[in-house]
Amino acid sequence: MNRFSYVRPDAVAAAVRERASDPGARFIAGGTNLLDLMKYDVEAPSRLIDITRLPLRDIQELDGGLRIGALVPNSDLAYDRRIEERYPLLASAILAGASPQLRNMATTGGNLLQRTRCVYFYDTATPCNKRTPGSGCSAIGGINRQHAILGASEHCIATNPSDMGVALAALRASVRVAGPDGERTIPFSEFHRLPGDEPQRDNNLAADELILSVDLPAEHFAINYTYLKLRERLSYAFALVSVAAALRLEDGKIAEARLALGGVAHKPWRDEAAEELLRGQPAERASFEQAAGQILSGARGFGENDFKIELARRAVVRALEQAAAGTPQSQSDKRVQ
Amino acid sequence: MQATETDPRPGNGTGEPGPIPVVLTINGTERRLEVEPWTTLLDLLRERLDLTGSKKGCDHGQCGACTVLVDDRRVNACLTLAVMLDGASVTTVEGLAQDGQLHPVQDAFVEHDAFQCGYCTPGQICSAVGLLKEGRARSDDEIRELMSGNLCRCGAYVNIVAAVRQVMDGTGAGR
Ligand SMILES: Cc1cc2nc3c(=O)[nH]c(=O)nc-3n(C[C@H](O)[C@H](O)[C@H](O)COP(=O)(O)OP(=O)(O)OC[C@H]3O[C@@H](n4cnc5c(N)ncnc54)[C@H](O)[C@@H]3O)c2cc1C
Ligand code: SF4
Ligand code: FES
Ligand code: FES
Repeated sequence: MNRFSYVRPDAVAAAVRERASDPGARFIAGGTNLLDLMKYDVEAPSRLIDITRLPLRDIQELDGGLRIGALVPNSDLAYDRRIEERYPLLASAILAGASPQLRNMATTGGNLLQRTRCVYFYDTATPCNKRTPGSGCSAIGGINRQHAILGASEHCIATNPSDMGVALAALRASVRVAGPDGERTIPFSEFHRLPGDEPQRDNNLAADELILSVDLPAEHFAINYTYLKLRERLSYAFALVSVAAALRLEDGKIAEARLALGGVAHKPWRDEAAEELLRGQPAERASFEQAAGQILSGARGFGENDFKIELARRAVVRALEQAAAGTPQSQSDKRVQ
Repeated sequence: MQATETDPRPGNGTGEPGPIPVVLTINGTERRLEVEPWTTLLDLLRERLDLTGSKKGCDHGQCGACTVLVDDRRVNACLTLAVMLDGASVTTVEGLAQDGQLHPVQDAFVEHDAFQCGYCTPGQICSAVGLLKEGRARSDDEIRELMSGNLCRCGAYVNIVAAVRQVMDGTGAGR
């Protein structure tokens, strides 16, 4: 790890000021991603701004929804009564990720900003456009089993590794941030970016902006939902493909559908056309296959990850079946029913 | 050590790299230390405080060998900066026994032979203590899932689950 200075502001304004005054500075919350990257010299901040003492640790009621402070640990969020009862999809997705120790440390804001697990991004001896813009992409034609099948570019085919983010995309959350010029709110679908020709930018947060909270709307899909995560081993591994599915059913028909995929793109992947296709349809396999076809219509593989297209298609159908039946995937009994 | 809005720089007050005073309660004893900001809790414990029970397996959050309890919650010490814990209470495997009596989880690991080489064991034991405090596991599937942050290269998993279950059920020897 490089040498750096350390400051610990206790007010949001002071934290934002520290960040704005030093482009080499980084906020640190749980530290589980930033310190990992610093140990590989992928990140080498001049200064760490410890934000863990900022007053952003509460979960508050918000017009029928909930406002989750950026510093709420992932485990506290997953086990919060209100989240368990009203947003079980979110609880389930969080519990599908990382390990209990890491979830105790990881924060709501940090989870959204975790960087890709592309092996070349971590390996400073190899070209990588995300780490060193213009150096090339080693994953195209290289090791790319974990990589994107949707929304990739010729400059980067990395995936966003977050599980929590997939549920937040399906739930249509928003992200409230503070910068030197005040606060703004970013819809979740516009928070993360596709790589395009600027793969070094994962999201649309400005460098000197701080995440204050993630806000959940009132509609919570507490009955017909599932988070289905498929990976190389049963636990403590990133998703090859994951699906967050949520339905509101009326008389056996789908009144409202939400569908988001993880492990397949540079951002949690939502397709409004697929959700639209499901609306008004009977909650049965034929409808689900149509939606799967739609959400994967632009999919393309890069060799090692070709299998993910078919895997994702089947996972979408299975997840929608689980959601329709009201039998969400268990995150401890890993049999996929 | 109180940071204020006008002077957010704790410790040496300059925001320059250098040692920073922290107060940590480690296994029940308050310690006043000066630590460089880049020192992880794991390195502080092992290299400076001679508490070598917590192990460094991967140093990247991938194995759980460094698991300790911070304010009674299990965390990976390798991904924790010591300066960030100012004021916290840390319990390592060395601090679990009380008055010469092993912690029930330690007893259960011995009784069930829940290890082979022992390298992962301090982390497994601290993790199990954290799991029991959380009170979320009921079935063996749930124990397995909630112990999945601790890898065991010797594959002692079956006996680890049995040891955790014994303490969870409050049943003693001979079960
Ligand atoms: C071995 C391992 C396995 C894992 N497995 C999974 C998994 O299966 N699924 C999964 O989803 N995740 C997984 N994770 C990732 C984990 O969820 C993230 O590391 C964690 O959520 C990051 O949160 P943090 O608070 O620790 O972030 P930090 O490391 O503190 O910060 C990450 C980034 O966010 C910035 N930041 C933090 N908070 C804010 C804020 N409020 N405003 C602005 N910027 C901020 C920091 O500057 C930094 O750039 C795994 C991690 C490890 C090490
Ligand atoms: S996929 Fe993206 S992160 Fe991976 S090597 Fe290519 S540019 Fe780098
Ligand atoms: S040494 Fe900390 S998790 Fe492996
Ligand atoms: S007992 Fe050897 S690694 Fe677990």
